[in-house]
Amino acid sequence: MSGVEARFRLERPGFSLDVALELPDKGVSVLFGPSGCGKTTVLRCAAGLTRSEHGLMRIGDDCWQDSETRRWLPTHRRPLGYVFQEASLFPHLSVRGNLAFASRRGGQGDRPDRKLMELLGIDRLLDRMPAALSGGERQRVAIARALSASPQLLLMDEPLAALDAERKREILPYLERLHRRLSIPVLYVTHALDEVAQLADHLVLMDQGRVRMAGPVGEVMASLDSPLAATDQASVVLDARVSGHDSAYGLTRLDVEGIDLWSARVGHEIGRRLRLRVHARDVSLALFRPEGSSITNILPAVIEAIGGDDDATQCLVRLRTGSGAQLLSRVTRRSRDLLALEPGMVIYAQIKAVVPVV
Amino acid sequence: MPDLFLATEDWQAIALTARLAAVTLLILFVIGVPLAWWLARTHSRLGSLVSALVAVPLVLPPTVLGFYLLVLLGPQGPVGRLTESLGIGLLPFTFPGLVVASTLFSLPFVVQPLQASFAAVSERMLEVAATLRAGPFDTFWHVVLPLSRPGLLSAAVLGFAHTLGEFGVVLMIGGNIPGRTQVLSIAIYNRVEAFEYAHAHLLAGSLLVFSFIALLALQFINRAVSTTPAMLRGGA
Repeated sequence: MSGVEARFRLERPGFSLDVALELPDKGVSVLFGPSGCGKTTVLRCAAGLTRSEHGLMRIGDDCWQDSETRRWLPTHRRPLGYVFQEASLFPHLSVRGNLAFASRRGGQGDRPDRKLMELLGIDRLLDRMPAALSGGERQRVAIARALSASPQLLLMDEPLAALDAERKREILPYLERLHRRLSIPVLYVTHALDEVAQLADHLVLMDQGRVRMAGPVGEVMASLDSPLAATDQASVVLDARVSGHDSAYGLTRLDVEGIDLWSARVGHEIGRRLRLRVHARDVSLALFRPEGSSITNILPAVIEAIGGDDDATQCLVRLRTGSGAQLLSRVTRRSRDLLALEPGMVIYAQIKAVVPVV
Repeated sequence: MPDLFLATEDWQAIALTARLAAVTLLILFVIGVPLAWWLARTHSRLGSLVSALVAVPLVLPPTVLGFYLLVLLGPQGPVGRLTESLGIGLLPFTFPGLVVASTLFSLPFVVQPLQASFAAVSERMLEVAATLRAGPFDTFWHVVLPLSRPGLLSAAVLGFAHTLGEFGVVLMIGGNIPGRTQVLSIAIYNRVEAFEYAHAHLLAGSLLVFSFIALLALQFINRAVSTTPAMLRGGA
């Protein structure tokens, strides 16, 4: 069996958790939801830090916990890596000591893994004490430490939440690089959609201790029934490639499955792959190709489905472009009726903003 | 005028006291470290009870503790009967008896600083260690103890110094046998009783200087240790 199977049921005063997850054996699965929805508890249960009354935790052929067979491995016998919200480095050990603490117990000896350190940009910090590191450096060391114990599963509990926006921007590229290199599954908890857009392969939406929706990130984000669809955050994630720069106007041309979109200039070289986020509120619809519009990104698309109650002020429209990319558009119900929008109609989508997630 | 050099009797008292304090400290750590760890982590009611019991010597007059120990360990006491039946003999007025009494008497001085510093080690640190494959004993040895260094030092100095200075308990349980149970504080008392003030000064003064130096050294070491952790606490 491959992949990760996790089922936890837990009752606490004022909170109940009941989740069943099946996650791919590679890539990043993001648990996303409002604070208090139980996503951190799921992570703690997976690690064995919190014991759920009923639970199953299986990774590949290894079973860490199964309440039916009464199997239970304590945390220190589960080959996992855990990155906490605060870096939580051992203050009495240098960076090297922190890494060696992990690698020795993971059967990797004392030598820090060069490649890993270069990947996370901490090779120059080895002899420093944690107190002498910045918040971002600490968190990078914490990630390297978690990976030094050669885990079979990496659990990350809002690793960026304690950092300010600038530190986040500093770390995200490292995470993204890791994401592309890691061969183990990662379970990543966050309440920031930017991180979802940048890192997620698989997305699990949680609310009040339950899983509301789960699946490949593109599908879940573009779904009209997801809890996200009802919020201001409704958006899609698109995979893109930098295909050109217009330095005179400070713009970058991005290729999304054969369609050209323009965004504010990004620093990446041509050919670099990145992800875009397009908010539903930034996509408006027109029956005919608009002429003389200030909006650059205009493309034809077919309406796939229209969501929203019949008494809501606004509704959400899902579109598919000729090349297969999906978009969401938020329009008022009045516009829906005035334009007589219906599934199957061909329409022009005007995209006001394309946000590269960097 | 008596001469200003220490008599054999004084040297005996000093050696005995040092030996007593060292042996007691060793036993205090063997008992106190696990006890303090348990007290720092337990949520059970038993914890409060044990905590209170350990602290009793702090508020009890030493003679009271000594008196009950004498009764317990004596030929009529339950512990005394046990030790006799085990062939150890009676403990009062022997060196082992002194060690037992000193251990009980100094226990709070070791357990309380240890407990405070163990309690200051965050649950998170233990969890981190567990996620890095460290078992409970491994974690205690390589994470908890190093992080509790100031507490360990305080406990050692307080436990040692407090044993050096005790009087009432020792007098009750050990009596005043030169070379066997006569410790420094009792030797000083004897000198004073005999109006040998110069000798008393010499002994008392050395004890004062020793205690002061020990505490001063502790301050310095703790400052050296804690300047780094103080900054670390910021967010490491």
